[in-house]
Amino acid sequence: MPALPLDSAGKYVAAAYLVFLGVILIYVAIMAARLGRVEREITELDKLLEIRDEANATARKSTVDGPNSE
Amino acid sequence: MTDKTQVHGRGLRRLAFAATITLIGAFAMVFFWTPNEADQGFIQKIFYLHVPLAIVTLGGFVAGGIFGFMQLRTGKRVWDLRSYVAIHLSLMLAVAVLITGAIWAKASWGHWWVWDEPVLVSFLVVFLLYACYQPLRFAIEDPERQARYAAVFAVVAGAFVPINFAAVRLAQAYTHPRTLGTTTGGMPGSMMLTFLISMLGMTLLFMTLWKFELTSKSARMRLSSIRRRIARETTTEQAA
Repeated sequence: MPALPLDSAGKYVAAAYLVFLGVILIYVAIMAARLGRVEREITELDKLLEIRDEANATARKSTVDGPNSE
Repeated sequence: MTDKTQVHGRGLRRLAFAATITLIGAFAMVFFWTPNEADQGFIQKIFYLHVPLAIVTLGGFVAGGIFGFMQLRTGKRVWDLRSYVAIHLSLMLAVAVLITGAIWAKASWGHWWVWDEPVLVSFLVVFLLYACYQPLRFAIEDPERQARYAAVFAVVAGAFVPINFAAVRLAQAYTHPRTLGTTTGGMPGSMMLTFLISMLGMTLLFMTLWKFELTSKSARMRLSSIRRRIARETTTEQAA
């Protein structure tokens, strides 16, 4: 086949490069969403640990003070 | 204990920067410096995207096989993770290879797909072969068996991939453009240089995305393990 003129070839070349860019962007967006989920889970775990530490501290305090401290 | 997340994430930012700069440079060379090819004209610019992407994709499949082999040899789960990520990423890039190839075929040959062209069909066969990887992997529940079976698949399929390259050389019907037929690829210096820089850019991009996904996966695995540990400790404390 003879070479396509620039105006017709340009569309195909642009489409190919845009497909590549699109695939990479979709992939990065999916990965970013997953990382966002990991960050949310870390925040959740942080809160969970705080609650647990507080509960442990309260339990220790009541053990040291004894059940009839008041 | 070594923090795998940190190990995989090391140098990621620098790698991403290098990949971006190299690819931008390569694409700038493609459109502003490299001359149009005499036979195909402007449409040949797809070559600098499609061919390096295809080579890196097939290289990724082979790398997945090598990591699979390491998993079988050492039994370490980290090799399984590396193999899985390499194959997963290559599969995604293979979609881009197939689409850009179809666009180039339509512009050059007037057809989106040519079934009697060995290069296209063998690439499609490789793609379909690896498309079975994930269903096979996740059909197995036991993590040990999953890693072992996935590694065997990766090794066998990885060994099959070079046949794809061999097919290009042995094919009789030279309808697909032969790009690296001689040591210089039969290309003028400027075209060859642009191709090599594009190849380097694609390789860096693959490595960046591979490291990125590996870091993300390691972080998730670590998080799950911490979650399990906390749940276990909480249960023990409650029981006490």
